[in-house]
Amino acid sequence: MSDISELTITALRFGFLLLLWVLIFSIVSTMRRDLVIGRKAAMGTPTAREVRKHPELAPAPPQPVKQQAHQLVVVEGPLKGTTLPLAASPILLGRAQEATLVLEDDYASGRHARLFPQGSRWFIEDLGSTNGTYLADQQLTRALPVELGVPVRIGKTVIELRP
Amino acid sequence: MILAITTPKPRRNVELILLVLALAVGIGASAMVGLNSTAAFDSDFWFQSSLLIVAAFAFHMILRFRAKYADPIMLPIVVALNGLGLALIHRMDQPGEDTGNNQLRWTLLAMAVSIVVIWFLKDHRLLRRFTFISLAASAVLLVLPLVPGISAGEVLGASVWIRLGPMTFQPGEIAKITLAIFFAGYLSSNRDLILLAGRKIGPVQLPRFKDLGPMITAWLVSIGILVFQRDLGTSVLFFGLFIVIIYVATSRISWVVIGIALILGGGFLASKFFSHVAFRLDSWWNAFTPEVFDRSPGGSGQIVQGLFGMADGGLVGTGLGQGRPDLVPFANSDMIVALIGEELGLIGLFAVVMLYMLLFTRGFRAALGARDAFGKLLACGLSFAIALQCFVVIGGVTRLIPLTGLTTPFLAAGGSSLLANWIIVGLLLMISNTARGPVDTTPITHAPTEAVQTS
Repeated sequence: MSDISELTITALRFGFLLLLWVLIFSIVSTMRRDLVIGRKAAMGTPTAREVRKHPELAPAPPQPVKQQAHQLVVVEGPLKGTTLPLAASPILLGRAQEATLVLEDDYASGRHARLFPQGSRWFIEDLGSTNGTYLADQQLTRALPVELGVPVRIGKTVIELRP
Repeated sequence: MILAITTPKPRRNVELILLVLALAVGIGASAMVGLNSTAAFDSDFWFQSSLLIVAAFAFHMILRFRAKYADPIMLPIVVALNGLGLALIHRMDQPGEDTGNNQLRWTLLAMAVSIVVIWFLKDHRLLRRFTFISLAASAVLLVLPLVPGISAGEVLGASVWIRLGPMTFQPGEIAKITLAIFFAGYLSSNRDLILLAGRKIGPVQLPRFKDLGPMITAWLVSIGILVFQRDLGTSVLFFGLFIVIIYVATSRISWVVIGIALILGGGFLASKFFSHVAFRLDSWWNAFTPEVFDRSPGGSGQIVQGLFGMADGGLVGTGLGQGRPDLVPFANSDMIVALIGEELGLIGLFAVVMLYMLLFTRGFRAALGARDAFGKLLACGLSFAIALQCFVVIGGVTRLIPLTGLTTPFLAAGGSSLLANWIIVGLLLMISNTARGPVDTTPITHAPTEAVQTS
């Protein structure tokens, strides 16, 4: 076509490449909104009408505030009376020197049990000890949550979580 | 605590905006071709563009009514690729040839079939019931081109075509869907069995020999395609599809290791016994040797001309309609990637590769969100099939791997491939609809009643 100048053709050529990439960047920015996880605002807060249509979207009623465990107290055994503040890191219980709470208890294993936080609760897990770990007189077979004031027995030592 | 429940958003309006952009790409490409050719803006241009617009918006409206929560990105990507393909094929048409309009007819048919799939298949979980029927269907589809009478004979060295009245059709393209359904259905039921048994040697856990059965079958099928239909690309595609689905189902790297070993072993044997495979390897490795370049059949002329074309295109390309892709044999089908590289340059070629990659990630996004194992495996398998085709074709044209005859999805001229890929997109949209929508706790409609023991 001779009636269209060379310049226009070149401009259109580059314009088309630009258009291709505009499409790609629009797609990517749409995907970005899709990838946001856990932020309610980005995915849209349910409106009253949507809540009526899907009752499961209604905001959950506020849970009664549970008291959180803030310290560990040894209530029986050689270390009776010892307290340990609970931070966010897990606690290793046992006779080994690297344990967080070194139990001077002949019936405890070197690395006996592990107390770890998950969410707002603390869980106890036996690390394959010889004599076992007991949560409220039940021997542990898997990690279980420890409630406030429930005794955990390791050898002759009994520990409890306190607020 | 983070409130995890969020309102499902249909995002159909975003799809509409992206669809307008995608149509602008497709029609813009046609317009550029028209500007640069002698027969500018003939009736073909307006006719093709309006049909494409009507079909794309019809598809969009069907999604609004039938699959409200389907992925909003897949349809625009596919429409953009298909529109670009139509423009390029039309551009390659010599006077008197009608490949462009033929491709448009197939596009409309493929979109219609995909709409039918979305309209009638309300839930992809229904497909799981057809696990073994799919296996039988795949076997029939793969054997059809060898049956005398309906076989279209050996075309361009491969016998993969059948003749249906005036048209020819490649049943292997549909077989890739039915095989994906079979693999996904079989492995979603049997993966625990395959996972638990097996001996451990070193860091890899080897599967039991009898669990290798399906894998050996898949390998034999692929080898059979290679031997009887002389189609290297399809055989690699089917085997790759199987390895990926089994790897996703069991997360065992040993399957991938065994699979690659089988591919390499099979490839080595094939190159020893079959001249066409040996020629392919030779024209890949020694592409620039004059004897190999000029050899016929099985020379490297096609690859090398494609490479020259892409080199001529450079970074920004020569502009649509201004290159010399007519020097490359099959520039509108097998070598369409070289045509894009020549006329749109590296920037345009990367845009196309990017579109494929985004389509692939959306398929995997649907798989991640799907709540049933079958849907996950099917979405992985189908999107991987598209990705593997792109890799094999683009890798072949750019001489990264030996060139094999697979079609570039949505771009290349070829009705069967277009039809199969649009059905794949329809299925992926269905899976993403259940993945992104509100949790559906009702059982599948018309579910077969469980056998009740009365005693």
